[in-house]
This record gives sequence, C-alpha cells and structure tokens, in this order.
Amino acid sequence: MVAGSEGVDGSQRSGGGWTVPPFATAIVVAAPILAVVGIALLPGEAVWYHLATTVLPAYALNTLTLLVGVGVGVLAIGTITAWLVTMCEFPGRRAFEWALLLPMAIPAYVVAFVYTGMLEYAGPVQSGLRAWFGWSTARDYWFPDIRTVGGAIAVMTLVLYPYVYLLARAAFTEQSVGQIEVARTLGRGGLRTFVTVALPLARPALVAGTTLALLEALNDFGTVDYFAVNTFTRGTFNVWLGMNNLAGAAQIAVALVAVVLALIALERAARGRRRFRAAHGTYRSLPRYTLSPARQGAAFVACALPVALGFLVPAATLAEDTVGDLGGAFDRGFVRLALNSLGLALVAAALATAVALFLAYAPRVRQTRPLAAALRIAGIGYAMPGAVLAIGVLIPFGWFDNRLDAALRSLFGVSSGLLLSGTVAALIFAYVVRFLAVALGSVDASFTKVPIGIDHAARTLGATPRQALVRVGLPLVRPSLLAAALLVFVDVMKELPMTLILRPFNFNTLATRTYEYAGGEQLAQAAPLALAIVLVGIIPVIMLSRAIAAARPGQRRA
Amino acid sequence: MLSRFINNAFQLIGLTVFSSLALTVARAPAAAEELNVYSSRQEFLSRPFIERFEKEAGVKVNIVFIQRGMLERLKAEGANSKADVVMTVDIAQLTAIAEADLLRPTKSPTVAANVPAQYRGTDDLWIGLTTRARVIYTAKDRVKPGEIATYEGLVDPKWKGRICTRSGYHDYNVSLLASIVAHRGEAAAATWLAGLKANLARKPQGGDRDQILAVAQGICDVALGNTYYYALMTKDEKTRALAEKVALVFPNQGDRGTHVNISGIAITKAAKNEASARKFVEYLSGDEAQALYAEQNNEYPVKPGVAIAGVVASWGAFQADAKNLGEIARLVGPAVKIVDRVRYDE
Repeated sequence: MVAGSEGVDGSQRSGGGWTVPPFATAIVVAAPILAVVGIALLPGEAVWYHLATTVLPAYALNTLTLLVGVGVGVLAIGTITAWLVTMCEFPGRRAFEWALLLPMAIPAYVVAFVYTGMLEYAGPVQSGLRAWFGWSTARDYWFPDIRTVGGAIAVMTLVLYPYVYLLARAAFTEQSVGQIEVARTLGRGGLRTFVTVALPLARPALVAGTTLALLEALNDFGTVDYFAVNTFTRGTFNVWLGMNNLAGAAQIAVALVAVVLALIALERAARGRRRFRAAHGTYRSLPRYTLSPARQGAAFVACALPVALGFLVPAATLAEDTVGDLGGAFDRGFVRLALNSLGLALVAAALATAVALFLAYAPRVRQTRPLAAALRIAGIGYAMPGAVLAIGVLIPFGWFDNRLDAALRSLFGVSSGLLLSGTVAALIFAYVVRFLAVALGSVDASFTKVPIGIDHAARTLGATPRQALVRVGLPLVRPSLLAAALLVFVDVMKELPMTLILRPFNFNTLATRTYEYAGGEQLAQAAPLALAIVLVGIIPVIMLSRAIAAARPGQRRA
Repeated sequence: MLSRFINNAFQLIGLTVFSSLALTVARAPAAAEELNVYSSRQEFLSRPFIERFEKEAGVKVNIVFIQRGMLERLKAEGANSKADVVMTVDIAQLTAIAEADLLRPTKSPTVAANVPAQYRGTDDLWIGLTTRARVIYTAKDRVKPGEIATYEGLVDPKWKGRICTRSGYHDYNVSLLASIVAHRGEAAAATWLAGLKANLARKPQGGDRDQILAVAQGICDVALGNTYYYALMTKDEKTRALAEKVALVFPNQGDRGTHVNISGIAITKAAKNEASARKFVEYLSGDEAQALYAEQNNEYPVKPGVAIAGVVASWGAFQADAKNLGEIARLVGPAVKIVDRVRYDE
C-alpha cells in the first residue's frame, strides 16, 4: 500500500488519469453488490428472530466445519504439491505441473454425484465389500455416509485445492532465486528453506488462493443441497425461495460478506508491516532439489493422489457413462454449446484480468481513500452466492434499460426496449463482477512482491505510469496474470447460477445443459456434457500452465 | 515464442467465438410471429411440445430455462420484458409471480373448458398443465399392501428407522407439508413432520430417485417421492430390476386424496405477443399435448378424459386432493418455517 505522497513528481502531473478511471471502473463493478445491499435494506418480513431460534446455530456450525475442513485440506494439498513440482526433481514432475490443475475443471456438484454413485449402498464399492465379506443388508456393517459435512469437505477439497496450487506455484516461481540461495548458503536444507523462507514469502499468494477456495465453498449450493447439509448458503435460498423473502436472503448474504471482509482485514492486520518483496531483481533458473529414490516415490504419490481422486476417477466414471451415448451428445448441439462456453469464458477471462491489472496497479500510482474503498467493494462479488449476485446485476441493468427507453420514447418517440438486459454483454459483465476477486487476488498478491522502487526508477527515467506498467510491472507479474486468466476462465466454464438467470433466449452453455439433465436426475444424459466441460476446459488449462512456467522472469524464451 | 503463439491462437479463437456469439444474439428476433418463454422446466423436456406447437401454429418460440430468479428477472425488466409466457414446475413459484402483479388473465374459453377450476388461479391468472402426485413408495417384500395408506400413517412408531425422504426444504416436500397445514392446521402439521423425522432411517439426502433406490436396496422400507421418477426407473433397463422391488401407494384415498403439485403456465403482464401466448396455452391444455405429457414426462394431464398411455396408466386412477392449489401455495412460507423449527434436515 503506497500513499499518494510517495509517488514521484510525475504522478502529480499524470496521476489524474490514474484516479478517476480506476475509481469509476470500481464503482461500476460494485454496482450489483451495492444493489444487493439495497435489497437487504428493503422492508420485509423479519427473518432473524425465526432463524436464530431455529436453524441459525446449525448453519453456523456446518458452515464453519465446512470452511475449516476445506481450508486445511486445500492449503495442505495445494502448497505441498506446488513446492514439489517447482523445487524438486522426480519422475512425472513436468506432467504433474499441469495435471494438478485438472480437478478444477469439473463442477463440484458433478464430483458429488459421481462419488455418491460410487460410494452409496448400491455402488460398486459397497457391493464389492458385501460380496467379499458375505454381508447381505445395510444393517450388517458400517460404512461412512458420503452425504454429510465430511463428504462435502472431501468433495470440495478435491476440486478446490488447484486454486491454492496455482497461486502458490506462481509465487514460488516468481520468488527471487537469491533468497533461496542465501538460505541454502546458510546451510538450510530443502524442507527448512521451504518452511522458513519460501512459505512466509508466499504468504500473500497462499492466503489469496485459500480465500478463493473458501469463498467458493462458502457459496456452493449444488453439493450441500444434494447432501442436505445446512449451510448459510442453503439458508439463504430457503429464505429467498421457500419463504419468498428476498430481502431476508440478501440480509444473510450481506452479513456473510461482512464477516468475510472482517476476516480478510484481520489477516492483513496480522501480516502487519511485513513486506513480501523479492530482495533484488536477479532472476535465474532455480536449481531443483534432487531427491532420494524413496523421496521421489513419496513426491510422486503426493502429486498423483489428488489428480487421481479429483480428476481421473470422476472423469473416467463420466467417460464410462458416455461411451454408449456419444452420438446423442453431438445431437444435442454439442459444438454450439462448446463454442458458447468457450467464447464466454475467453472473453470474461480476458476482461476480468485486464480490469484486475488496471485496478491493482492504480494504487501504486496514486492511492486515495475513495479508491481503496471502491476496490474493496468491487472485489467482494465472489463472497456472495452467484444467484443472489445475479439479482444484483438484474436491477441496475433493468433500471438503465427502462430509463433509457423512457427517455428515448419521450424525446424521439422511439423505443429501445431492453438494450442490455438479457444479452451476452450483461452476462459477461456479471462474470467480471463475480470473478474480479479471483483475478485481483492473484494479481495483487504478485504486485506486493514487486518493490515500489522499481516503479519509481522507471518513472525517474521518464516513463509515464502506463509505460512503467507495460514495460516494467507487466513482465514481472506475468505468471500471476496468466494464473488469474486461467482461474477466471475455468470458473466461467463451470458457472451456473448467474448464467441460468441472466442469459438470452435460446442460449445454452455446457454448464447449463449439464445441469438440465443432472437436475432432472438424468445423470446418464448429463455425463457426456459434464465430460465436455472437462475436455474443453483442459486444453486452455494445459496451454496456460505451460505459459506460466515459461513466463518466469529470467526464463529464456526459445 | 510459445507464449506469442498462444496469444495469437487465443486471439483467433476469441474472435471466431465472439463473432459467433454476436450472430446468435443478432439472430434471435426475426420471424413475424414469435413467442418468448421463461421456463423453469428443463428445456429438453419442453422441446417436443414447442416443436409441435411451432409447426401447428406457425409461431417461432424462443425459450430460456430459468429456475431461481425468474420472478426477480421479470420484475427488473418491467414493462419492457420480452417474456410473453412463464412456465413453472411448482405452484409456489407461479403464485409468487402472480402476487407480484406480473401476470395477466388468460382469457380463453378453450382453456377454461380444458382445465378444472381447482388447477386455475383467480381470474385465470395462472393455468395448471399437469399434476404431479407425491406418493409413498414401499418395499414389496417387507411392507404388506394396505399396511400404509395415508401420509398420517407415516408417523406411526412401527415405521421407526424405516423411512427415507429427501431434504425437507425441497419444493415437493414443502408443498406436501403446506397441504397438511391447509387441511389440519400448523400445529398438527408440525407434529406430523416431527413424527416423520423420528421415523427416518437416515438423515434426509439425495433426490426423489435416491429414495426409491434406498427402498429397493433395503436401506429403508418406505419413502416419499413423485411418481415420474419411478416411471423413468421402470423405463430404464439399468434400473428396472430395482424399481420392480418397489410398490407405489397413492395415499389418503379414503379421505382428502393424494397431494398433487402442478406444472403450470401464465401470460405475463408485459406480453407483446398475447395472441400467440394464448394459442400456446390452449395448445398445451389440449388433447395432443396433454397426452404427450403423460407419455413423455410421466405426469398426469389436468384435462379430464385424456387417454393416458404406458407406465402411468398401469398405476390406475387415483383421487387427488381437491383443495385449491393457490391456497396451498400461500402456506408454503409457514411450511418452510415448520421445517426450520423441526430441524428436519439435521
């Protein structure tokens, strides 16, 4: 965080361009979030007393259990695997670099369906056990029930750890080799270097990744609904749809956002005045640790398990269900669906990353209080359930369209009807609002490691803020930018609630079609489409993952 | 080099895709007679009806499948909304839209003749198209015929540890509970739900189909579910053997009848194509579409006297709860609060 006075003289001259536009952008992005706050303030049937005396304690306990479980899980898996593939040499390392990202391509509720089918009473696992031990009914033995909080934690950990992995890997990759080498020179081994140097330096990235995973878990509806686990998000929907009380639902959502903001502020305060900058800008290829054969085996298993459980098993199950029905999948306009999904995801990823870069860099040029506040709000869309945020998007668009229409009618006697509501443009805007936090988290974490002095040096040498960003800042945060784009891309590929509510007529994506069949309890028809989300999502995941590895500062480009 | 290649490739893909997106958007409003539909029924289930109607009436139908947020989208779009017709698979969603003053009456003698009054809203503000019965599933080998005949019977202590249901918050369970509130009052309904919870074999979970499976597999002996899931299971050769272990009981045939929810339709206040919209409602409540609902979706036609084919016919006729569904829908809110108070899902 840099005060305006810290900027070199140039910022006073050209700083104006870096004050109003970022603030305006942040406000536009914040509009739907503010609309939800507005809904929460509407008069409506009071809901809190009823909730507090009935289900609120259960909501709180289940939500907390879920978050703690998922948090520990994703942090452990994400950090360890990222360190292994970045810093250690073992068989399969290069393949694991991208394979570890694959689980994030599958929507969580699909994984929930797959594992339920596998582990429930009639599934292959229990049937096999019964045949083996000669049990005949459910009453003869005990088997853990997957449709519980524990099951939800397992499912979500498996699909969400890549958020931590991706940002942690970008952080480890961006770390200055000098710091690592100092640690080594002082006689620290691989493990101790990891714990005492790399891990603390990666803290902003680890926190950013874990925050993303936890917000995703907090707002998940599909999995907790199928497992009938009462979390706050489920409560929000019960109040909204069951009690037909949108204001009450918005109050729950806003209250949760407040808690999330408080937790983020707490973490920032705990970081204190610590800085996470690279000591100097000397970047070279990191020499990787050579492991003993036993440790190579352990590293292999540690990376293979999450890939197998989070990706191979669900994808293979979907593929098995698909084989007989491949023609059917193509009948259902598969190519069209895939193009729609791809197009939305690419455009939204590019836009969200560009906006995030702009907004993350602006405070480095000139920090003002209104800008800081607007940024805080703009980055919070991810902390709300998608369906609630979609309502927040409907309201400003509807307002704008109807005002414009009324104005044109009275002035020129022509009608513009609904200009933006129910268009792809509105949908893409909604994605940017929701996933800006994802991109910002990644880019911001990266910028905190670039000393402000580098900006100042560029500016002293006569560069404008924009030139300083493009020629100096950008190359330094490249891996994180690509990571940001990748995260948004995959999130949009899977996105469901906002797409369902906001899309135009006759417009479907792989995710909406998958849900159509899965929601109608027709899993066999859903399987090929779910598999398509995975396949279409995989290609960019692999390409971007390679680009991230190649984008390390100092890495020679062939 | 590689990253430049990737950049170029992405730009190319992006351009192609974006222009195809733009084409999709631009193509939508074209034909002379159009009808725009917001539907909470899955599009693949609506398609066969839409295609037949398009052919018969010469009207191009555009559709969006929206579940949650249909009411809010209509509200935000206001008088300029493009939607002419809304279709839902649950009565509460339909009446909520009606109460928000977003609908107009379907003025059609044909529709009034096709659909019995109990499945129509005040002033024909909404029209029921099919009924969906909430029945009791029993294990053929462990539950004798006649052993369970009413919803009330489910709270008998003899069923302790033998019943399965999905979440108490699901629309179908909430509307069943609301019907019990309508007939017997809130206190009795809460006692009933607590009794049901006390008899559960496992924590509520899964969908309706999962409950039928659970009965077939011996996890429980009795379950609640809608009929069409059972029909789908008997039609699918992979699940047929399991479905055959399960019997279907229409509850409360001796008194008020089995609870039914509806799938329904309404014309929006903002409708620009009212004539086409009315034609659509008339078509869907007519003989051809009503028979197709039974055959394809395994639901019950609302139009009396429509011949039912196949699996649905094999279950025989049943007496449905005659209470007006609008009245039951108004009790959905209180019913959800009962589910909260009983802590049914925990």
